[in-house]
Amino acid sequence: MRATSASAQKLAAGRSRGPNTSMFLRMLLRAAVRRRGRATTALLAMVVAAAVATTVLDLYADVQAKLRSEFRNYGANIVLAAKNGASLPPDALAKVESRLNGRGFAAPFALIVARTRSGQPVVVASTDFDRVRQLDRWWSVNRWPSASGEALVGVHALAFVSQQKQPFDLTFDGRTISLTPVGTVQTGAAEDNRVYLSLPDFVSWTGVQPSTVEVAASGSTEEITAIMRELSQAIPAAEVRPVRQIMEGEARVLGKTRATLFAASALIIVTAALCVLSTLTGWVFDRRKDFAMMKALGASGGLLNAFFAAEAAILGAVGAVIGYAAGIGLAAWIGRINFHASIAPRFSVLPVVMAASIAVTLLAAIFPISLLGRVQPAVILRGE
Amino acid sequence: MFARLVYESFRRQKRRKLLAGAAITLGVTVATAMIAVATDIGDKISRELRTIGANLVVTPQDDTLDVEIGGVHLEPPSDHAYLNEGDLPKIKGIFWHNNITAFAPMLPTNVTVGFPAEGGTKKLEVTVLGTYFAKQISFGKDTFVTGVRKTHSWWRVSGSWPDDDSSTVLIGERLARTLPYKPGSDIDLAGHPAKIAGILSSGGAEDDEIVAPLALAQQILGKPGAVRRIYVSAVTKPEDALARRDPKSLSGAMYDRWYCSPYPQSIAYQLQEAIPHSHAEQIRQVAQNEGAVLTKVEGLFFLVTLAALLASALAVSAAMATAIFERRGEVGLMKALGAGKMAVASIFFAEATLLALIGGLAGFVAGGVLARQIGRAIFDSQISVQPVLLPVILVIAVLVTTLGSATAIRSAVSLDPVYALRGEL
Repeated sequence: MRATSASAQKLAAGRSRGPNTSMFLRMLLRAAVRRRGRATTALLAMVVAAAVATTVLDLYADVQAKLRSEFRNYGANIVLAAKNGASLPPDALAKVESRLNGRGFAAPFALIVARTRSGQPVVVASTDFDRVRQLDRWWSVNRWPSASGEALVGVHALAFVSQQKQPFDLTFDGRTISLTPVGTVQTGAAEDNRVYLSLPDFVSWTGVQPSTVEVAASGSTEEITAIMRELSQAIPAAEVRPVRQIMEGEARVLGKTRATLFAASALIIVTAALCVLSTLTGWVFDRRKDFAMMKALGASGGLLNAFFAAEAAILGAVGAVIGYAAGIGLAAWIGRINFHASIAPRFSVLPVVMAASIAVTLLAAIFPISLLGRVQPAVILRGE
Repeated sequence: MFARLVYESFRRQKRRKLLAGAAITLGVTVATAMIAVATDIGDKISRELRTIGANLVVTPQDDTLDVEIGGVHLEPPSDHAYLNEGDLPKIKGIFWHNNITAFAPMLPTNVTVGFPAEGGTKKLEVTVLGTYFAKQISFGKDTFVTGVRKTHSWWRVSGSWPDDDSSTVLIGERLARTLPYKPGSDIDLAGHPAKIAGILSSGGAEDDEIVAPLALAQQILGKPGAVRRIYVSAVTKPEDALARRDPKSLSGAMYDRWYCSPYPQSIAYQLQEAIPHSHAEQIRQVAQNEGAVLTKVEGLFFLVTLAALLASALAVSAAMATAIFERRGEVGLMKALGAGKMAVASIFFAEATLLALIGGLAGFVAGGVLARQIGRAIFDSQISVQPVLLPVILVIAVLVTTLGSATAIRSAVSLDPVYALRGEL
C-alpha cells in the first residue's frame, strides 16, 4: 500500500507540472522492481519461448547445409568423361580443382583390361589414392599403397590374381608389370573386381591417361548446376554429367527433412507463443489495481494504454534478446553433438524473434487492458 | 465433500477449466505428434533414401571375376556361375521381408548388333542387360510388383517402358546416338527379334547398353532361369557396434538380437540363407552413408522433440499457474472456514490431475491426427502413434501439470485468508 500511495503522490506531483517523461520511465521501472516475482515469471516465459524459437529457426536455416555435407560422403555427384573413349587432356584435373576452389573433391580414374599370367582378364584401374580417400570414404581398405609397384586389390579379384598375397604380374599390350598386393578394397560394387594402381605406375606401364574425373561438389542444386556449366566450358573435350541418383536422393531427403522440421518448428513456436500469451495476460490482469489507481488519479485512457503497451514491449524486447542469446547457444550445442560442426549464429533471426516477441506481448496486453478500460476504477479498487 | 468440491469446481467454472484444459490439450498434442514423428522419421527417411538405389547385392557364391568397363562386359560368357531365377521369390520369405522394398535381378550378355551405316553394314558389340522392369511375383499368398522401376527410380525413359513378358527393349541414350534406331523400330539381337520401346537415360553405364526383359536375355544367352546378380533395396537401421560383429562369434541371445535387427549385415545374412549358393553383401557406398544420414536426421529430431516437450511443458505450467492465481479468493474463503493447507492443496492437485487426464487423452487423440496429417502431407504415408505411448503421455501430462501448478498452489495456500479475501497481495 505504501508503494502505491507514494507513487500516487508522485503521480499527482507530476501531473501538476503536466505530463512528464521521467515520471513515465520511473513508473515503468518501478513496476518491474516492485513486483519482482510476477515480472520474473513473465520474463522467464518470454525468454524460454524466444530461446526455443531462435533454436528451431537457426536449425531450420542451417540443417540443409549440414545435411548436404553428409551427402558429400556419398561421393561423386558429377562425372567428367572423355568423349568417344579418348583420354582427358592432362590438365583436366587441375582445371577441375581450380573451378572447385575448395568446394569439394575430385579424383581422376583410368581403366584398362589386363591379363594375368594364367590368361585371366582383369580390370586394372588407376587413380590418385590420396584424392580417392577423400572422395570415396566408404571404401573399406585395410592398407593404402604408398610406394611404387604396390597395388590395392579388390577382395573378389584377389583370389584371381594372387595366391597368398604373393607378388603378381599383369600384361597389357605386350608389356608386363610386377605388382605387390599391399592391401585390399571392399565396396560391394565393381571395385571389388578390380586392381588399383597409382597413376605414375599405370601411365608408365600402359601409356594410357585418365579418361574420367569424378567430382563431389558441395553446394545447392543451383550451385552444382553452375559448376557443371563452368566445367563443360573449361574442358570441352569432356562430357559432364550429373550422377543422378545421388542428386535426386539428396534433394528428396533434404526436402522432406526440411518440411518435417518446418512443421515441428511451427508447432513449437505456436506453443511457445501461447505460453507467453497466457502468462502475460494473467500478469496484466493481476495489475488491475495499479490500473484503477492511475485512472482514479486522472490518467487518460491513452496514457494508460501507452504505459501498459510500453511495459509489454519492453518485456518482449528484453526477453527476445536474452532468449536469442540462449537460443544460439542451444542451436550451437545441438549442432556440435549431432552434426559435429557448430551452427553459426544467424543475426537475421534476431529481428524476426524480436518483432514476434513484441507482437505477442502486445497482443497479450491488449485483451486485459481493453477489458479493464470498460470497468469503473471504483469497482476494481473495491476488489470486485 | 472433497469429491463434491472438485466436481462443483468443474461444473461451475467451466470457462476457466476450459482454458487450462485447452492449454494441456495443446501441449500434449504437440508432444504426442513430435514423439510420433521423431520415432518414425528414421523409417521414413530410409525409404526416401531408397531413391539412391539398392543397398544390398546378391551374387553367386563361387563367382567368377567380372570384367566390365563402361557398361561393356569383356569376360567370356560361358564360364559364369549363376543364381536361379526360381529362387527370387524367396527373398520375400525372409524374416525382414517387410523391409525389402524391391529387388531387381540382372543378367548381362553380349551381342553383336549390325546396323546400316555409310558404306554398308557396321557391327557393334553391345551388352544386353536382362532384368525385371515391373514384374509381378508371388510368394505364398502374397503377390507384389518388383523391378528396376522401383530399385532404380532415377532411370528416365522417353517412349514407353517395356513389358516384362514381351520382347521389347530399352536402348541406352548414348548407344542410341550411335545406332540409327528409334522407339518403335525393330532390332535383331543375335537372332532374337526385338522391338525398341523407349530410350533409357540412367546417367550410368546402362546408357551404353540395351536393357531387356530377363527372359529375353536368358534366351540370348541360352541359359533359361539364369541370373547373374540381384540388387535388393531394404529399409535398414544404422549399423552400430553389434552390427559389425561376426554372427559366428556371437552367443545365443546376442545372435538373436543381431538376427532380429534390420542391420544391412543381418538382412544380407538372411538373403544368403534364403537363396542357395549365394553371397550377399552390402553396397557400401549406399549402405554406409545411409546409416550416417539416418543417424543425423534421427538425432536432429530427437533434440527438436526435446525442445517441443520443453515448450509444451512450459505452456501447460504457465496456464495452470495463471488459473490458480485467479482463485486466491476461493482459497481465502476455504481457509477462513477452517480448511488446512493440506486440504486446500489436495483439492487443487486433484483438480489438476483430473484436468491433466482429460486434457492428456484429448491431446493424445489430436496428436495422433496431427502426426498422421504430417505423415500424409510430407511423406505420402502414415505416421501412426503407438497405443503403448498413451500411458507414457498421460503420466507426463499429469507430472507436468501438477509440477507446473505446485509453485502457484504453494503460494496460494500460504496466503493469509484476510488479504486474499480483500483481494490484496
